Amino acid sequence: MNMDENYKKFAERHAPKSPIVKDCLMAFWVGGLICVIGQAFSDFYKSRGASEETTKMLVPVTLIFLAAIFTGIGVFDRIAKHAGAGTLVPITGFANSVVAPAIDNKAEGWILGLGAKIFIIAGPVILYGTLASVIYGLIYYIVGLF
Amino acid sequence: MLVSIKGDVRIFSYAAVGGAQEAKGPLGRAFDFIDESERFRQKTWEQSEGEMQRIALRKAMDKAGLSDGDVGHLFAGDLMNQCTSSSYGLMSFDIPHVGLYGACSTAAESISLASVMSDTTDSISAAVTSSHFCSAERQFRYPLEYGGQRTPTSQRTVTGSAAFLLGRGRGKIQVKQLMFGRSVDSKISDICNMGAAMAPAAVDTLTRFFEESGTQPQDYDKIVTGDLGREGFEITKMMMAQKGYNLDAVYDDCGLLIYNLAVQDMHAGGSGCGCSAVVAATSLFPAMERGEIRNLLFIGTGALMSPTSAQQGLPIASIAHLVHLSVM
Repeated sequence: MNMDENYKKFAERHAPKSPIVKDCLMAFWVGGLICVIGQAFSDFYKSRGASEETTKMLVPVTLIFLAAIFTGIGVFDRIAKHAGAGTLVPITGFANSVVAPAIDNKAEGWILGLGAKIFIIAGPVILYGTLASVIYGLIYYIVGLF
Repeated sequence: MLVSIKGDVRIFSYAAVGGAQEAKGPLGRAFDFIDESERFRQKTWEQSEGEMQRIALRKAMDKAGLSDGDVGHLFAGDLMNQCTSSSYGLMSFDIPHVGLYGACSTAAESISLASVMSDTTDSISAAVTSSHFCSAERQFRYPLEYGGQRTPTSQRTVTGSAAFLLGRGRGKIQVKQLMFGRSVDSKISDICNMGAAMAPAAVDTLTRFFEESGTQPQDYDKIVTGDLGREGFEITKMMMAQKGYNLDAVYDDCGLLIYNLAVQDMHAGGSGCGCSAVVAATSLFPAMERGEIRNLLFIGTGALMSPTSAQQGLPIASIAHLVHLSVM
């Protein structure tokens, strides 16, 4: 038996929508809080005598480390459930998307499990991010010729 | 076509196993075995699911005082690729094994086929199904620790397994009629809205059943679908009303019964082959034995997509199998 396209439209209309205002507010303050934490680490490293360059490296490394730890102890997804884009968009989301499949696929072995599946979510970001930067570089180069 | 089971086949023993969220739900205390860690002492989630099936079948057989040689055939299924939870989990039983895949409709499918087998061979058959939140998430969605958000129409795969034993001349719950479902193209491709995808299949099977049996919804004490959740439940009621069948007074859905949706954060409700199986074994069948439900339509609903078909953009094919049960 086949349903028609009208049923699809009906089901889409009938489905309750995600609470977009609440989601945006949560994403705003949690995302902002992560930035404040990043800034606090930045100030801390600088106060301990790190150079501007070193600080720029240390802050993302610290946030990635914390996101990985929180993923490992099973806390990250509980926060992300409420925070949404607030935890996804900062570098914490990227760290989580690498660590989560790594934990999950360990049962299938270090090579074909963890090794092959670790970038299953982050892979497209890495591929198309690299591709976009190549295109950006080319445009930058061509514009520079004139 | 409507299949009548003529030979007095009855469900005479059953058992249910569940996880932490199921234990917290309204049916929590009716489970025969709960493991809050959901590991069931196994190394992987897939093996945990298999172990749930083993425990469920062993408990159901122990309750009836049966050993392996007393059971003629096993009908078992789950959500995993190649149904590994059933075949590995039930390997320790020396019983001929028929593996089934009907997605979340497998509880009704396995009870149906087991009753046909018991009817034609006059032997005892077992029907076992399971689903596990962790193994299903891994196969169908995201890694467990991935920090994502769910839509309001998404459902939670039930961690649970139930086993049923069928045969002639024992027990109270008689299998009267069966109506197998047709594969329905729902045109829905959102795998987070399986309720809407499965509702047309439930409506199709129910309508055909009422037409062929010449009965009406009010002829039954309860009509229960497998795992349509809030969304599919409402759509089914609405579509059946349009066809002239008012289900309001008797209709319920296992996806709404398994969790306390007001407290537990389960979005549109429970799903998975474990959902309808454990609700039947912890709530519906005990109610039948107590005489609170005398005539039951139990409809297993399944979304038959795979991760590959979903990624290739195919709409969800769905199915619904109906079992008419009645108390002796």
